[in-house]
Amino acid sequence: MDTILNQEKRKARTMGIIFLVFALAVLLLFLPGTTGEQQTTFTFTATKVEALALPDLIFSTQMGLYVLVVVIVFLGAWQLAKGFPNQNLILGVVAGLFVLAFLAWAARDKSMNLTGMLESTLLRSMPILLAALSGVMCERSGVVNIGIEGMMLAGAFLSALIGSVTGSQWWGLLAALAGGGLMAALLAVLAINYKVDQIVAGTAITILATGLTSYFSSRYLQTNAALNTPPTFRPLQIPLLGRIPVVGPAFFNHTFVVYLAFFLVFAIQFMLYQTRWGLRTRAVGEHPRAADTLGIKVFRTRYINVIIGGMVAGLSGAYLVLSSVARFDELMSAGKGYIGMAAMIFGNWNPIGAFGSSLIFGFADSLQTKLAILQVPIPSQFLLMAPYLVTMIVLAGVVGQSRPPAADGAPYEKE
Amino acid sequence: MPPVLELKGITKRFPGVLANDHIDLTLHEGTVLALLGESGAGKSTLMNVLYGLYTPDEGEIAIRGERVDIAGPNDAIRLGIGMVHQHFMLVPVLTVTENVMLGMESIKHGILLDREAAAKRIRDLSARYGLDVNPDDLVGDLPVGIQQRVEIIKLLYRNADILILDEPTAVLTPQEVEGFFAVVRTLVAQGKSVIFISHKLKEVLALADTIAVLRRGKLVGAADPATATERDLASLMVGREVILTVSKEPAHPQEVILAVKELRVRGDRGEIAVDGISFEACAGEIVGVAGVQGNGQTELIEALTGLRPVMTGTVTLAGQDITNHTPRTITEVGSAHIPEDRQKDGLVLGYPISDNLVLNTYYLPPVAKGLVMQEEVIAERAERLVKEYDVRTPGIFTPAGNLSGGNQQKVIVARELSRDVKLVIASQPTRGLDVGSIEYIHSQLVRKRDEGAAVIVVSAELDEVLSLADRILVMFDGEIMGVVLADEATKEEIGLLMAGVHPGTQEAA
Repeated sequence: MDTILNQEKRKARTMGIIFLVFALAVLLLFLPGTTGEQQTTFTFTATKVEALALPDLIFSTQMGLYVLVVVIVFLGAWQLAKGFPNQNLILGVVAGLFVLAFLAWAARDKSMNLTGMLESTLLRSMPILLAALSGVMCERSGVVNIGIEGMMLAGAFLSALIGSVTGSQWWGLLAALAGGGLMAALLAVLAINYKVDQIVAGTAITILATGLTSYFSSRYLQTNAALNTPPTFRPLQIPLLGRIPVVGPAFFNHTFVVYLAFFLVFAIQFMLYQTRWGLRTRAVGEHPRAADTLGIKVFRTRYINVIIGGMVAGLSGAYLVLSSVARFDELMSAGKGYIGMAAMIFGNWNPIGAFGSSLIFGFADSLQTKLAILQVPIPSQFLLMAPYLVTMIVLAGVVGQSRPPAADGAPYEKE
Repeated sequence: MPPVLELKGITKRFPGVLANDHIDLTLHEGTVLALLGESGAGKSTLMNVLYGLYTPDEGEIAIRGERVDIAGPNDAIRLGIGMVHQHFMLVPVLTVTENVMLGMESIKHGILLDREAAAKRIRDLSARYGLDVNPDDLVGDLPVGIQQRVEIIKLLYRNADILILDEPTAVLTPQEVEGFFAVVRTLVAQGKSVIFISHKLKEVLALADTIAVLRRGKLVGAADPATATERDLASLMVGREVILTVSKEPAHPQEVILAVKELRVRGDRGEIAVDGISFEACAGEIVGVAGVQGNGQTELIEALTGLRPVMTGTVTLAGQDITNHTPRTITEVGSAHIPEDRQKDGLVLGYPISDNLVLNTYYLPPVAKGLVMQEEVIAERAERLVKEYDVRTPGIFTPAGNLSGGNQQKVIVARELSRDVKLVIASQPTRGLDVGSIEYIHSQLVRKRDEGAAVIVVSAELDEVLSLADRILVMFDGEIMGVVLADEATKEEIGLLMAGVHPGTQEAA
């Protein structure tokens, strides 16, 4: 007991020191570049729809930074002296303040649209989120799905093709689900029945999907525009909620696919912990033999989860086409499936955790574009690394290691 | 009234093996039937047939006089058969309630898990059978004794009347074994019937109403616990006269070989697993390390053999400081290690026996000349050792993974003890082995002692430590609770120490 207590204490102290390091970073990295006259302007204009307008926020950059430093230092000192009961939450707040300081610095003498930033963060995080949810579905039952990327491509390709042919985005969506599900069924057969190494099987699926979609795309879709112009989903503003400043445009003015993704986050979270299916899935992912001895069909459980997971990956592909660019391009998933797996791990194999980390990755993505426009004097490659670095440090050092399901990736052999 | 369970002529063949050969068994209501046999005798196969995990090739099963077919665990559960497996089938990250309800979940509002209803039933069962289990605990946090009760509750929750308990005492302290016996007696008194699988003669005699002995897949006899003796049962089990005690001369300890001072070692989860241990082992003595599994023995041995970093403290071998040295250095100074998990840490299962025999010397002459291994020397050495150490194998190039557990262990013993070593560290050296192999490995350890090596034996089997060691260290919670001389100590005394109680004090455990 004594040692656990000590570990807790050490963790709390480390946390406090990290807060102070954040404050120091603001002091050393951002303040030296500012002068007293510089001003930062944050605007809150929704880019696409009407929402209640907020006045622009204009403040002296230097003053703003000092205020943020003081707040962070105060939080760090309080953590060291007394300790917060929910220190991970405070860590999130501190990281958020740090980002705010960064934005204030980057937008000095300029103006930055925070609402627009949040909007694009959300849009960019969607494919990552859906890929992460796909991973959660598969891995909670003990099957590593590294073929998400391929399933996304299959979904994207089919949604473009079928959507164009039928002239309906709904048929396109269904085709994407079927395509992802089929690819996943192939993974299930290989990984569950034939016990092929799951990394190899998943990689093979990605290569297969890449090859097939690229071939058919260059052969038919790119040469025949009628096959590559699917109708898209239109954003639906949710009454009242959609008009809330900042939050409304960011969360409540999206296409059906985005709302479906929101729904899936909470539905999967709820199902995993509150239903029979979830209990059985977790048991199969942790200790399949124990589940087997209680009469639970391990193979069937894994098949169902992997196939549903594949359909979610297909949905992610459909998002890229039907909710975004309205056409299929070769390799358009561009590694988002893999980033989704990272988001799943950062989120500790939890849907809500995956949502949080997808937002961080989406933010990193949108930040890059914004900063390019603002012409920040740091090479954009370095800026791009920052959010990931912060996430990694925070997760590895402080929040505690994420723990995969115990039987993740291990084929089950019946006795 | 017909018996609760009757097996008639059960036969199960695996490729090349007749695992069960026309076995007949009868279990009467409210009794304990002990199934006794060495590992590999076919006990587990038989029980897996009964639980529906295997389909028998011949024979039939009758429950309360009616013939039944058991195609899977679901059928077995429906027929009232429940099994506690030797390795617990519990999911550590789930609570007791979730583990118990798994596969038979209570549901409310159509889809929600009804944890409260299940927890209430668990509390009722726990009270009725004196099991004392809290449904809200996380299973991974519970000691093994309680985990075992969770397993029993799992069966009762499914209304099982025939309880199969597979080697249930292997993981318990002597005191926990007493508590476990009490639980079994309560179950039987309330009308449950129990099949108790074991190879521990004393426990079988103490608990069973009838005893059936299996050997090499055949039922070789039945015994009445009222009249049978341990010796009778042992010879039935092995098929010849067995020496149950280790024959050895009194020890003549010489100079100190291994000196451990204030050793502190972390476990896998960062906790202090070994907390300031000091002891010495002398040439010509066997030091036993007793203790319930998971009290720091594994970490202690790994620290001594260089497999786990030492936090503080020193380890000195033959006058040389080996603290935090590499396993190779420690091996070269003169230490032999028979590891706890022979398949994981002791052998490369895919390598032939001949290569496994040179895993600690492959880079030294004469096995290697410069960078090239000398195949002839290796083969010659393997032929010699296989003969000398009585390894039963089709040939020296057979993969180690194809051998039986006893022969795998003999390969390790041959590799480690055929060198000139000053210290032998043997961790669970006879776990899961048949009586014949146990006898052999014990005699080899005693031989090494008589040749002047210091021998350390870690074992979860108290009987083994008592009969083999000259001096016994009892570990509890990472510390040495006490040191006793093997000829003077009693089982009760050591049992209390294993549970963390000093026999002198009157503190209740």
